[in-house]
Amino acid sequence: MEKTATEKAKRDEPALEINLKDPWLAAFLAWLVPGLGHIYQGRTGKGVLFFVCIVGTFYYGLYIGGGRVVYASTADIFSMQFLHDRWQYVCQLGVGLPALPALVQRARALDNRPPLFGDNFMRPPRENPAPGGPPFQSRDESNPKNVVQHPDELAEWNYKLGDYFEIGTVFTVIAGLLNVLAIYDAHGGPLVIPPPEDKKDEKKKESRDNK
Amino acid sequence: MISAFQMPFAVIILLAELGATRMWYAVPLIVSVSLVCAATRHEQMNAILVHALRFGIWIVVFMAIVLAVIQVLSWMQ
Repeated sequence: MEKTATEKAKRDEPALEINLKDPWLAAFLAWLVPGLGHIYQGRTGKGVLFFVCIVGTFYYGLYIGGGRVVYASTADIFSMQFLHDRWQYVCQLGVGLPALPALVQRARALDNRPPLFGDNFMRPPRENPAPGGPPFQSRDESNPKNVVQHPDELAEWNYKLGDYFEIGTVFTVIAGLLNVLAIYDAHGGPLVIPPPEDKKDEKKKESRDNK
Repeated sequence: MISAFQMPFAVIILLAELGATRMWYAVPLIVSVSLVCAATRHEQMNAILVHALRFGIWIVVFMAIVLAVIQVLSWMQ
């Protein structure tokens, strides 16, 4: 069902009739690929802006975090443990298709199959070393003679990446949350800010009514 | 204890120190967040860019105020 939204954000901005086409389909497309819902509605400029900003932020965060910061827990998806292990993934999932490979990597990890696209791409951390593989340990940077033992692979990633693990996580989480705003915009049109004059008129009306 | 006269210089030195490392990661984030938030409130590109600029400056000022408050609190410890 086609819908239209009227945007009159400011007095100097002319009122625009926006054809939202099918808002639910637009919202789904906007979730799947940031900006795609807007392009479907013919709002190409905004679609490109959303795509560049959101996908750029997401992949920059993934790059900073060495491909490790987007992963889904191997716990049952509908359990609290899934959120407890990696609640950030729920926010990252807001970005749609770019975050979905983490679910594929999770399924492969549960089936004991090797991860796709190399060892560094969105796969969940291992709790135990692979059979015959190296233990979770790394060299102390301040004194290479010392070996640091890690309880699990996540601890090893945190040690090796340091702040970049957190910074990458923040970038990817914010990208997912920003896309929620973009999805809302695709479904309902821009959030209208009433012009200041209108607010004054409303206050005058209210005072008149009170009298 | 740092005097009131020395405080602005201390803040500048602190920002310079941070600027060399992690603070720069805030720049792409601020640009992205301000553009996306502005785009959800307007339809025309000019209005989006003007709103994004204002919003970006607002974020930077807000962050600077929070940083200054935290720094002052740490000096008072």
